[in-house]
Amino acid sequence: MSPDVIQAILITVVTAATPLLIAALGELVVERSGVLNLGVEGMMIIGAVTGFGAAQITGSPWAGVLVAIVCGALFSLPFAVLTLSLATNQVATGLSLTLLGLGVAGMIGEQFVGLPGVRLEAIAIPGLVDIPLIGRLLFGQDPIFYLSILLAFGVWWFIFRTRAGLTLRAVGDSHGSAHALGINVLRVRYLAVMFGGACAGLAGAHLSLVYIPQWVENMTAGRGWIALALVVFASWLPLRVVIGAYLFGAVTIAQFHAQAQGVAIPSQFLSALPYLATIVVLVLISSNRRMTMRNTPASLGKPFVPDR
Amino acid sequence: MKKLATSLLAAAAAVAITGAAQAADAKACFIYVGPIGDYGWSYQHHQGLLDVEAAFGDRVETAYLESVAEGADAERAIERFARSGCDIIFTTSFGYMDATNKVAAKFPDVKFEHATGYKRESPNVSTYNSKFYQGRYVQGQIAASVSETGVAGYIASFPIPEVVRGINSFILGAQSVNPDFSLKVVWVNTWFDPGKEADAAKALVDQGVDILTQHTDSTAPMQVAEERGIKAFGQASDMFAFGEQTQLTSIIDDWGPYYVERVQAVLDGTWESHDVWDGMAEGHVAMAPYWNMPYEVAAMAKKTATAITVGVLEPFTGPITKQDGTEWLADGETADIGALLGMNFYVQGVDDQLPE
Repeated sequence: MSPDVIQAILITVVTAATPLLIAALGELVVERSGVLNLGVEGMMIIGAVTGFGAAQITGSPWAGVLVAIVCGALFSLPFAVLTLSLATNQVATGLSLTLLGLGVAGMIGEQFVGLPGVRLEAIAIPGLVDIPLIGRLLFGQDPIFYLSILLAFGVWWFIFRTRAGLTLRAVGDSHGSAHALGINVLRVRYLAVMFGGACAGLAGAHLSLVYIPQWVENMTAGRGWIALALVVFASWLPLRVVIGAYLFGAVTIAQFHAQAQGVAIPSQFLSALPYLATIVVLVLISSNRRMTMRNTPASLGKPFVPDR
Repeated sequence: MKKLATSLLAAAAAVAITGAAQAADAKACFIYVGPIGDYGWSYQHHQGLLDVEAAFGDRVETAYLESVAEGADAERAIERFARSGCDIIFTTSFGYMDATNKVAAKFPDVKFEHATGYKRESPNVSTYNSKFYQGRYVQGQIAASVSETGVAGYIASFPIPEVVRGINSFILGAQSVNPDFSLKVVWVNTWFDPGKEADAAKALVDQGVDILTQHTDSTAPMQVAEERGIKAFGQASDMFAFGEQTQLTSIIDDWGPYYVERVQAVLDGTWESHDVWDGMAEGHVAMAPYWNMPYEVAAMAKKTATAITVGVLEPFTGPITKQDGTEWLADGETADIGALLGMNFYVQGVDDQLPE
């Protein structure tokens, strides 16, 4: 296999991983604040349909990206109001958000079915893109890829290097203590949940503007759930999310190459491989208690009701 | 869960329509496996429904359910239709076979028409199919003529005879032009998943194919081919809008005439169970306009399609050797219909192992 072919394959791996990476980074921030939002899939599909629609109507894919981010964040609000202000069960509310999102997206999207989409074109960075082996992989990608890398480092820097990040972690680890210190726990959590929604929206826009520029009902096809698994996989560390997302993307793409190469493994098994790999890794990680406990936000999933 | 909800909602809507229009003489109902906006398989079946509406106007009422998953959902959807007063129900995917027969046994007065299946367990079930493989042969010839790498990629759904027949016909057509032509097959185990189909398409292009063809229903592979600057064939309907620089041609399923004929039979009271397998000769399989290829290639393709239509060319004519090297058809021998319908082996030249 020539280096050019390997690079071409890696580009498809990165494309497959980017939406997972973005959605998982958003969810990581949400969970670091102590909130478990299982509505990632729903917010993602809302991003996909609104992004596609806005790009169709305005003709500009960038307008699509922007609208998807805003709509993702707005769509997380009902979840935030219910779980934070009204202290409902986070698991049940998150699940409803996913179901609601899939339904609403199908309804909004009916008019967009079967239209050739507007593609968010790749941006090649002059000079750098011509570097052999890695030029096109790192410097000839779609803009959302660059954003996802910035986002990964940005989230890492925010969580571990800023005062606001410290506040976020404090809220997630012990909302009682944070409250006693005078931190507005609910405000921090509202902002975190909306950030998660915005990221899921952006991930959805990547699907409908870069990955496959068209709108199809249910096009997220479970990617939101994979993003949720990646957060646990990464034991709540942003840079590990990057590794996890690319690993998952690699397994997804590798199965098709194995088939095209004529490898004699049943295709049904290969189709299941990315999910099997996720399960195996999750089992391995959760069996190591010390590793999971160290970074797990201690207040994760617990409602906080400020005393009056 | 969501699909079920959609089906239930749609079924409720269908029931509501029944209440409103009582003047109709018959009600024809359709169940699709994908969304009618897939611009592929389900889209074409829906075109058939529109033909029925155009032909009969107010005399026939229609209803449809889209994106009905094969399996338990399908049985519920079919039964709902049967209860809601449908006189004839078209179930338009292979995987609805058992569900169709099961519901048909419970509703002897309702006529059932199952596409691409082979089970007719009660006298009120018909099966119908089209000889899409005839079009695949034409595509194979075109692929071998315009390909520079000599390798085409085939995105396949499930290893059922229908799909295997298409793959074999394609490679036979290609070999009739270039005996060394080979075919890489990737199974995605779904009829409709644009993301997966796109991933498979990208993998095939990276493996060096310069022609893509698909037996899945979305336009995603066509879009990948357009992006990567190679050529591709559409599936089930004309996908030209998704690949203006890319689509060579497409096999077009024309179900309209059959649907009109069968609904007419219900109105006349002459409907009987049968098994129909029509192709280019009857107009059920047509080729989209030939684009993005030299004039000579288009001329050859037209000639082949005409030869198949008038019956002087049958793609499965010997000598044909199976993939394992054993002889299947001797020189001049043609395959019998049973062998075609139950095809579960590759012919020589397919670079893949058939999943069990």
